[in-house]
Amino acid sequence: MPALTDLTIAGALAGLAKGEYSSRELTEAHLSAMEAGRLLNAFITETPELAIEMATASDARRGKGEAGLLEGIPLGIKDLFCTEGVLTTAGSHILDGFAPPYESTVTANLWRAGAVMLGKLNMDEFAMGSSNTTSYHGHVRNPWRGRGDNRELVPGGSSGGSAAAVAARMAMGATGTDTGGSIRQPAAFTGLVGIKPTYGRCSRWGIVAFASSLDQAGPLCRSVEDAALMLQVMAGHDPKDSTSVDLPVPDYRAGLGKGVKGLRIGVPKEYRADGMDGGIEKLWAKGAGWLKAAGAEIVEISLPHTKYALPTYYIIAPAEASSNLARYDGVRFGLRLPGETLDQMYENTRAAGFGPEVKRRVLIGTYVLSAGYYDAYYVRAQKLRSLILRDFTTAFEKVDAILTPATPTAAFAVGERMDDPIAMYLNDVFTVPVNLAGLPGISVPSGLSDKGLPLGLQLIGKAFDEATLLRVARSLEEAAQFTARPEGLA
Amino acid sequence: MSDLIEGHNGPWEVILGLEVHAQVISKAKLFSGAATNFGADPNSQVSFVDAAFPGMLPVINGFCVEQAVKTGLGINATINYRSVFDRKNYFYADLPAGYQISQYQQPIVGKGEIEIDLADGRTRKIGITRLHLEQDAGKSLHDQHPDRTYVDLNRAGVALMEIVSEPDMRSAEEAAAYVRKLRSIMRYIGSCDGNMEEGSLRCDVNVSVRRPGEALGTRCEIKNVNSIRFVQQAIEYEARRQIELIEGGGTVKQETRLFDSGRGITRPMRSKEHAHDYRYFPDPDLLPLDLDPAWVETLKASLPELPDAKKARLTRQYGLSAYDAGQLVADRETADFYEAVAKGRDPKLAANWVISELFGALNRVGLDIARSPVTAAALGGLIDLIADGTISGRIAKDVFADMVETGEAAAKIVEKKGLRQVTDTGAIEAVIDQVLFQQADKLAEYRAGKEKLFGFFVGQVMKASGGKANPALLNELLKKKLAG
Repeated sequence: MPALTDLTIAGALAGLAKGEYSSRELTEAHLSAMEAGRLLNAFITETPELAIEMATASDARRGKGEAGLLEGIPLGIKDLFCTEGVLTTAGSHILDGFAPPYESTVTANLWRAGAVMLGKLNMDEFAMGSSNTTSYHGHVRNPWRGRGDNRELVPGGSSGGSAAAVAARMAMGATGTDTGGSIRQPAAFTGLVGIKPTYGRCSRWGIVAFASSLDQAGPLCRSVEDAALMLQVMAGHDPKDSTSVDLPVPDYRAGLGKGVKGLRIGVPKEYRADGMDGGIEKLWAKGAGWLKAAGAEIVEISLPHTKYALPTYYIIAPAEASSNLARYDGVRFGLRLPGETLDQMYENTRAAGFGPEVKRRVLIGTYVLSAGYYDAYYVRAQKLRSLILRDFTTAFEKVDAILTPATPTAAFAVGERMDDPIAMYLNDVFTVPVNLAGLPGISVPSGLSDKGLPLGLQLIGKAFDEATLLRVARSLEEAAQFTARPEGLA
Repeated sequence: MSDLIEGHNGPWEVILGLEVHAQVISKAKLFSGAATNFGADPNSQVSFVDAAFPGMLPVINGFCVEQAVKTGLGINATINYRSVFDRKNYFYADLPAGYQISQYQQPIVGKGEIEIDLADGRTRKIGITRLHLEQDAGKSLHDQHPDRTYVDLNRAGVALMEIVSEPDMRSAEEAAAYVRKLRSIMRYIGSCDGNMEEGSLRCDVNVSVRRPGEALGTRCEIKNVNSIRFVQQAIEYEARRQIELIEGGGTVKQETRLFDSGRGITRPMRSKEHAHDYRYFPDPDLLPLDLDPAWVETLKASLPELPDAKKARLTRQYGLSAYDAGQLVADRETADFYEAVAKGRDPKLAANWVISELFGALNRVGLDIARSPVTAAALGGLIDLIADGTISGRIAKDVFADMVETGEAAAKIVEKKGLRQVTDTGAIEAVIDQVLFQQADKLAEYRAGKEKLFGFFVGQVMKASGGKANPALLNELLKKKLAG
């Protein structure tokens, strides 16, 4: 039998059901792995006592025949999700000491299904970043290393702690959030499956907001089936979030094996970037080949406004963030640095509490919303956003899903691209359009770079058609047979 | 026009527009379930949404939407079936999120108009530009500690309707009449209690002056005026200030001013208090608000009879003057009270009693009509005693004063105090004889042709009868006796 930490969620559920091991044993195995893997700095807060308590309660429930969909499965939670009574920092200094008196809807759904919380995962500050180097709690290390290259690599971001923890077998799965690629990009950098569902599929209630019209929660897992299982539990209508959609959540797992025969898969010609890794381009073609071989029809499509997605995103997301982050003022919670006047208290608190990337985006956002610039930036960006959505709507008249690379390159070294924000933002060039259009997207590990680092392919689906998306992802996963593991893991 | 103000070298016209902030009557706040009771302990009615905790999201309160739509219908306005909530961004300690959720470019209610009633009996139509829904902020308490400010968030998130008028008013009186009419309509609908002392109705007044027929002048906005009397005082002061400024060779600077009610003047706000770029943008946490036209129709059908319609009906149905009817419909309770009194009785007599006697008495004891010590039925009983001749109108006033004091029924007071009117011819004749005997000199003068002494004799006889003599009978018998 493989080590308990090597099991997939689906595999562990089967073992738990057969009584091969308890949730408590499974949880303890992961707690040990967390201890051993502290160098990765994946967790901001470990909650071992809570984990044991939850696992014990889970075993009791299972004993009474009351097992939920994720009964006994130990998970990591991105530190953007408010967890009742447990420190929640959003990776920022400004939320120092903040233990929310409430539980986010998504995590509450997970606990209701029997899952066990291992701790709170590191992330880019306020989910702003693509390398997990902007966290106040230090950068996260990617468990992967390039062949013949000993440099530390970034895990991607902003859900970098989630990605590192699941890739390094410290958690069976983790929650992430994705505003411009924050689930799919780190998943691609660490050889994981990461899905961002349709905007409105998961409740945003209790998730610290970055950009409200783009933020969505989703899982990072080691298989498509696990992602389907976790999403199943996380998703659902929530009257407390006005943008959450009241649609039934289909049984995602049930449809996974249907294959892609007869489906049409679009390949957009615009998804090529300067400096794109040659290996990625080849992998993309290979992925299309696999799906074709599995019975899908490959259709070349055009998404003509793709090149505007990044600038559009970097207007809308900071605009919303500048307003969403105004509440961190030192008055009611978190960090407060006193001042002679109210304005000075704001200035002292926010100057000390926010890191440079957050400040940059608050400034950009404030600028694009200010009088005289609003029409030139914000209004035009909203128009472009509509055009980007129209591109997809038109494409989806002809295809059932779209295949693209997840990222232009494999994971890069810590310290690389840090002095040029634009180069950093380019990481999200393939993921950002999906958020702007509100569509579901999934990153599937599909191959290795010439340095032996994981590469991901992205599938984009129709709104609220995660079922088809997961089904295509499962076919891709089957064909890719991605079995590589980070070096240094037993 | 009589509303012009005379300057040193010719008349000026005052141009007024009002922004009224009306607190919506609702048990819960606009975007949270927290309670809205006035006067609760500080920070006892605050949800995590109101306090803008991380991850909290607003959810629109459908009842507040209903109240806004009903008010929109009450001011004869267009209802916008799609409206959008925006964020108005600024930092202040009593604004927890750092933005106020309001409606900027697409308000829930568009153009409308109301009719105002002026003292000389004229009415005027005043245009309304828009009505939108927004959140109130919390309250900063600067006087609790020498160098700290306390914040009470009970009011944070409470629903307000901001009602913006066209610059259609031309005098302080018109502005006051506008606020009164607006308040009356909202009270009829039950969408705002209009209580200015508790801050549930506040006005911003835009004032500018111009020479009649010329282009509009530069306006100043007077913020947060909290009584109708202050609205009038502020306008009168501000208009005069602007005229003197211009006539003295100066120019009016567009600015925000405050009314200092203690000194009766307006003064500019410190520039820091209003130098904001609010960076409005649509709130991404809320979807556009879409209304079902059929639902709006059902609200329309459910509206009560509003003041103007009621006034027209009272004039028509009871033959009242427009002025009296206007007084009676100012609030719904008064109108209902009046109609209960008037039912089956002389409607004009009923109106007189309600307007001059009851209003006067309520004013004296400081009660509103809902807590009147004399009920409509009791006042009706008193009027019945006048109508059937049991007491005279004069005695009735004394009885009424007793009723106000004791709460007893009119008939009981009349019995107890023996105030029944004397209609016995013999008894009245006896009193007349006695008076004429005592006033023999006057009688002689009268008979010598000084006929205007008749009134004197009437008064003397009435006095001698203790006010109880039936006046008509007294007149008739007195005339006969005087004739000899």
